[in-house]
Amino acid sequence: MEHVDQPVEPPPADESVPACTFQVKNLSIWYGEKRAIDNVTLDIASNAVTAIIGPSGCGKSTFIRALNRMHELVPKTRVEGTVLLQGEDLYLNDVDPAVVRRRVGMVFQKSNPFPTMSIGENVVVGLWLNGVRDRKFLNERLEKSLRMAALWDEVKDDLHKPGTSLSGGQQQRLCIARALAVEPEVLLMDEPCSALDPIATAKIEELIYELKARYTIVTVTHNMQQAGRISDYTAFFYIGRLIEIGPTTKIFTNPTDRQTEDYITGRFG
Amino acid sequence: MHFERARRHTWRKIKSGLASTIAFVSALLVITPLSLVFFHLVVNGAGSVNWDFFTKLPAPVGAAGGGMVNAIVGSLELLALAGAIGIPVGVLGGVYLAEYGSARINSVLRFLADVLNGIPSITWGVVVYGLVVLRFKGFSAYAGGLALSLIMIPLILRTTEEVVLLVPNGYREASLALGVSRWKTIVHIVMKTASKGIITGILLALARVGGETAPLLFTAFGNRFWNHSLSQPIAALPLQIFTYAISPYDDWHRQAWAGALVLVTGVFCVNVIVRILTRGRAASVV
Repeated sequence: MEHVDQPVEPPPADESVPACTFQVKNLSIWYGEKRAIDNVTLDIASNAVTAIIGPSGCGKSTFIRALNRMHELVPKTRVEGTVLLQGEDLYLNDVDPAVVRRRVGMVFQKSNPFPTMSIGENVVVGLWLNGVRDRKFLNERLEKSLRMAALWDEVKDDLHKPGTSLSGGQQQRLCIARALAVEPEVLLMDEPCSALDPIATAKIEELIYELKARYTIVTVTHNMQQAGRISDYTAFFYIGRLIEIGPTTKIFTNPTDRQTEDYITGRFG
Repeated sequence: MHFERARRHTWRKIKSGLASTIAFVSALLVITPLSLVFFHLVVNGAGSVNWDFFTKLPAPVGAAGGGMVNAIVGSLELLALAGAIGIPVGVLGGVYLAEYGSARINSVLRFLADVLNGIPSITWGVVVYGLVVLRFKGFSAYAGGLALSLIMIPLILRTTEEVVLLVPNGYREASLALGVSRWKTIVHIVMKTASKGIITGILLALARVGGETAPLLFTAFGNRFWNHSLSQPIAALPLQIFTYAISPYDDWHRQAWAGALVLVTGVFCVNVIVRILTRGRAASVV
């Protein structure tokens, strides 16, 4: 719970080598007999946007869900390898997945504000259900989170209205505010714009750009242009394996691997 | 060719008309008994439903007047006892089936609950008679409440399970991704989202057992006076109706009609409340 009250110091910046939030080593994940992720090793840079791209069923979603142990909700999953968050192994036996998820927030493809709660309640529900009862603190965090999610001006007079009364794009920003309210270190986004119209998508993309100053962001996207616009690094996955990761400009202009090039130029996927 | 097609078209129209007429008549047949029951109850009972009925104890045989206040209060007490046992067990069991447990154990539990739902209610009366009444040497409100609760449990369990399963998985994931523990997610997010449906199931179960007579015959037994202790026999509306209806006195027959009218009206009101609660249900899923 400490991290809820004390923002974690970002790791020391190094000019030559970017600092890493996640270090993934030889990660493999099985759903029953099926291997969804096959021996993936990569680092995820701090305070940057990393986009995960690849055709459907390539393990993108499984991979980012493994970064906050959400994939464990599927029965009969098995993990091999390690995922280090700021140097700490997420998969040690004594690590509580709830604590991991407070440090690594997540936004889903389909916006899912809680239908029984108002806009305001939706934002602070994570704090509330983790035992925070200080009204003043909750109100401050409410405003701060909504401001960060670029939603405050649109909803500040309607905080008591149901969260589901908002438009699709607003609902997704509400979900981002809800994830930010517990002050995670990382924000995972699983195709956050795929259900939104172009204007709402543009707003979320702008938001992602602003948020990377404070957060490490990992996003899954089906949309190649979007990956090009918003990400600093791009990782290409294919059939559960990491084919290539590098600065987005390099992946898109001069990929090392033939498969990456074929996918990006639209020859398959 | 054209005539051929036209003839076929006419024949199809006739078939369609026939089918919808049969369906309409069937629908009428379904609501006819309900209308007949209501009609009879009102004709025979309305005259005896008066202030005395709700405020006075039953009059001795031969004396005019009297009411069923003890039975009305007794029924409410029995429902409270039944709810105190049946609601928590049924709701928690339903949540277990929907959220925990392995698929194999759950399918066995689900099957058993459906079997329990099909058991004739008098059986529960006999079971509780054997387990409680004989052991504690006496009929009691406790025994009656227990018998009713045993009927409620599988009903509430299955409806709770169904509405909890209707809660979209996205809400569970969103809550867990905020670092909220599993049980808090289930209580504060899932059950809260499904609360209307859970309450509906509880109300329907209460309405169902509120009209039960058979399980009370060997347990609550009935009482012509006020019940002063829950470990003593207690009156209940359906029991009182049963006793009065099989009696040889006209006065009591009229009171039985009145009692039945009150009971049916009560059940009807619960159903109306349920309708109001579940209004717009299709839109909000649960």
